[in-house]
Amino acid sequence: MANIKLTNINKSYGSHHIIKDVNLDIKSGEFIVFVGPSGCGKSTLLRSISGLDQVSSGTLEIDNAVVNDVPPSKRGIAMVFQSYALYPHMSVFENIGFALENQGLPRAEIKQKVEAVGELLQLTSYLTRLPKALSGGQRQRVAIGRAIVRGAKVFLFDEPLSNLDAALRVQMRMEIAKLKRDLPNTTMVYVTHDQVEAMTMADRIVVLQAGKVMQVGTPMELYENPNSVFVAGFIGSPKMNFITGKPAEKLKAKTIGVRPEHFEFSKTATDISGTLDYTEILGSDSFLYVSTSTGMLTVREPGRTQFKTGQKLNLKPIAEHVHRFGVDDQRLK
Amino acid sequence: MTAQILYAFITVILGVGGCFGYFYGSNWLLDKTFPANANNDASAVRNLRIQGNIRPWLFLGPAMLLLSVYLIFPVIQTIYLSFHDRAGDQFVGLANYKWAFYDDQFRLSIFNNILWLAVVPALCTLMGLIIAVLTDKLWWGNLAKSLIFMPLAISFVGASVIWKFVYDYRGAGQQQIGILNDVVTYFGGDPQVWIALPFWNNFFLMAILVWIQTGFATVILAAALRGIPEDTLEAATIDGAGPFKIFYRIMVPQIYTTILVVWTTITVLVLKIFDIVLTMTNSQWNTSVLANLMFDWMFRGGGDFGRGAAIAIVIMVAVLPIMIWNIRQANAEQKGH
Amino acid sequence: MLKRFSLEPSRIALNLAVLLIIALWTFPTAGLLISSLRDKNDIAASGWWTALSSANVNKKTHLKDMVDQVEKDGKFTISGNVFEGADAVSGKVSAFGTKVQAPGENAAGASAALDGGQSLVVNPDGSYVLSSPTAFTADNSGIRVFYIASQPPRFTLDNYQTVLFSEGIGRSFINSLTVTIPSTIIPILIAAFAAYALAWMKLPFRGLIIAIIVGLLVVPLQMSLIPLLKLYNAAGTFMGAPSKTYLGIWLAHTGFGLPFAIYLLRSYIAGLPKDLIESAQIDGANDFKIFRRVVLPLCFPALASFAIFQFLWVWNDLLVAIVFLGSGPDQLVLTGKLNALLGSRGGNWEILTASAFVTIIVPLTVFFSLQRYFVRGLLAGSVKGG
Repeated sequence: MANIKLTNINKSYGSHHIIKDVNLDIKSGEFIVFVGPSGCGKSTLLRSISGLDQVSSGTLEIDNAVVNDVPPSKRGIAMVFQSYALYPHMSVFENIGFALENQGLPRAEIKQKVEAVGELLQLTSYLTRLPKALSGGQRQRVAIGRAIVRGAKVFLFDEPLSNLDAALRVQMRMEIAKLKRDLPNTTMVYVTHDQVEAMTMADRIVVLQAGKVMQVGTPMELYENPNSVFVAGFIGSPKMNFITGKPAEKLKAKTIGVRPEHFEFSKTATDISGTLDYTEILGSDSFLYVSTSTGMLTVREPGRTQFKTGQKLNLKPIAEHVHRFGVDDQRLK
Repeated sequence: MTAQILYAFITVILGVGGCFGYFYGSNWLLDKTFPANANNDASAVRNLRIQGNIRPWLFLGPAMLLLSVYLIFPVIQTIYLSFHDRAGDQFVGLANYKWAFYDDQFRLSIFNNILWLAVVPALCTLMGLIIAVLTDKLWWGNLAKSLIFMPLAISFVGASVIWKFVYDYRGAGQQQIGILNDVVTYFGGDPQVWIALPFWNNFFLMAILVWIQTGFATVILAAALRGIPEDTLEAATIDGAGPFKIFYRIMVPQIYTTILVVWTTITVLVLKIFDIVLTMTNSQWNTSVLANLMFDWMFRGGGDFGRGAAIAIVIMVAVLPIMIWNIRQANAEQKGH
Repeated sequence: MLKRFSLEPSRIALNLAVLLIIALWTFPTAGLLISSLRDKNDIAASGWWTALSSANVNKKTHLKDMVDQVEKDGKFTISGNVFEGADAVSGKVSAFGTKVQAPGENAAGASAALDGGQSLVVNPDGSYVLSSPTAFTADNSGIRVFYIASQPPRFTLDNYQTVLFSEGIGRSFINSLTVTIPSTIIPILIAAFAAYALAWMKLPFRGLIIAIIVGLLVVPLQMSLIPLLKLYNAAGTFMGAPSKTYLGIWLAHTGFGLPFAIYLLRSYIAGLPKDLIESAQIDGANDFKIFRRVVLPLCFPALASFAIFQFLWVWNDLLVAIVFLGSGPDQLVLTGKLNALLGSRGGNWEILTASAFVTIIVPLTVFFSLQRYFVRGLLAGSVKGG
């Protein structure tokens, strides 16, 4: 069991203030995802938790013990790197067993533990191979195996799926989800820039921007109740539509946000009307790109659209799904 | 003979073993003194940090010690000696430098060095470039490059013996065993003592260095040529450029920095040239260069450290700016990728 | 990269041009090798390129005189072989004659008519028959005969034998090994540790130290000699031990080779993936373990490159050996020995050539078998890629 508590964490590299006053309470056994655009500091935050980088100020606690000055190997954490960081000249067996070697365990015990993990991850027939003889998926499993065999209480993932092609990514997402199920008592902190990964795998999501926490919540909470324009625009694909001007003023907001699937079509003229510029028909859905006086809007229609390019469309947002944002780009109550 | 081999073997084992012994031993000692394997003990954590502070110096220590003794100390000491008399006792100010400035041998050496500097790097680089370009397209190109390159593996002394065969002189009317004289006599000329000809003998010595160093230029430039994107060459061909035009308008400009790096590296080497002159002529017949002059003064008549040091400083001052530029270039190229 | 787009001056001309250059380049070395295999008299007599084909030599000899004459069928003959005697050579006679102006007047096997009714036949195998209708007297026997013989190339390993065993080259060879092997291994070891420390460990003044080391690349060897010589002499008298020892030269070569070694290895080690090092840290390995188990195996190419460089450099070195090691038989290295021979036995080409070849055979072998790493090492310092 290991909870992680961050209190007023700040991290600077020289004059660059990367992480600004982050406070987080990660529950034991939770799968939490740090997500945000490039440069938001999510990897830095992860590395600070791991101990590879020292925090500049603030308190970091793992399992209720302050670990600010504790070196990484003593924090009870394990890390899966983006490149997996498998030792290229060592076999799978040696890769997994390396940490145990460093702990000074006897050979027999190491063998037993490594083989157990190998079986769990279906790597038994690959134990003698070198990493270069493995597929991408197999390598990831070895990386995960390394984390498991140490009995670590906290797993840290640093964008492990970024290097994979689309098909493999889906498969690997499933594997990680399975891992989460198999190890319910292990806290997992996962960093990604892909909000699809965040939405599908997380118990809770932490959205970061420019070193600050924007919002923390379950995937659905973030989807349905984003507290700012930034979070609203970051979560959900395709992006939420933001409309300013008359339609927003009418609802006493500076900006209103409407997701592509929350529009209706009206035969009569509405405040939001425009010309259909371009359609993408995917089979399951169609995305209509409508050019209006307030900008380009994306509308989602299930199935195949009947509308033709150049057609005039009158759009009406569904009232209960309109998000209102004020002058400070925060949600209006 | 066996006794000697055995003795040599033991000496080598002791030497190398001693080195290994230091590294393993010191690290083992550190780990024993500050044990850090207990889990999450406060002292284990503290020990780990102490280890982290000491260990880098264990790793770096021998290197720093050796560098200080063998390079840093000598530089300072040489500068010091150059301002003192022959035994290194009395301060004489710039006397050694003044002497050098007016000494005939010194001036001759500088003149010769300049001659070498003007000819050898340029020739090596040029030939290296040509050979690199020519062999790039051949299926046996790598073999060809190895053969050009091979003289680099030979010691300068060995090279001198080889070239003694080329330059050998026998009196007129006798059978020549030096290739050059044989060719000359075949065409009806008189055999010459090539290495003694006034002024021109320097060039015959330079030929040896060119023979050796061109391989270095070839290898580096060949690699640089490979780095040129093929598209640029193909585009040029489509644009109608002939092979020579492609060479000096497309290829050379793209590897310009590498050419300069090669040129300057060889320049530095040429400034330090010693062995060839020593073994071929021992500085006779006006072939003396600075390094040989310095060597002579080090050991002549019991050794005049002051003058020898002054000459050494002159060599270093000449080498310094070029090497600095060279290293900057190499670093910039590395950062580029 | 062999199928590049083709430049089209005729490929034949290209191949020929390169062939010519290569021939020019290997010519001198080939000369050395061939000369070292020739008999010592041959070396002094003719250029080495003649050794490859049968050479035509003009010789003269005296035929046997009247006491050897034999009477047979009313004729008096003197027989023998031109290849016998003090000036013996071997081969085949192609022509012969009795006048110095026309040594090849008569073809071998043909009969030449001489004064006084005598006739002479010299056969290709050298046997001759001089016949006369009357008995030979002191005046007309023992005549001089000129002949042209073609000699096949003669090669021998005698020179190598002499050189290795009686000229002390064998001992110098071992001395060179004793100097070179530790002078290659020790710098690698020390430099690798230092390079790792400078690349990945937390050090105060790290940047400054790196800058100084790179700066030391500039120092020419010659600058160090005088002060170090004084230092060694002082240390020697202080400890009552000789100042010129193997340990001394190992340390000297190590010191001189360290800047380049650290420069090369550091940039290679710093280029290793950061994740690997961090992963090992998380796995609980201390720096010594990381270095031994992760970094060292991975920087083998860089180590090999430097090793070759250093090996060749030390093996071929003359200056440092002269200054720091003595010239006694137990210490003189190959290059020094060769240099000494050049001075003392400059006239004995057969010794020189064989010695020189013994000197260069080791570096050449090392070079050819490990070329790849050598080239990589050169490139690491100068150009990206490779």
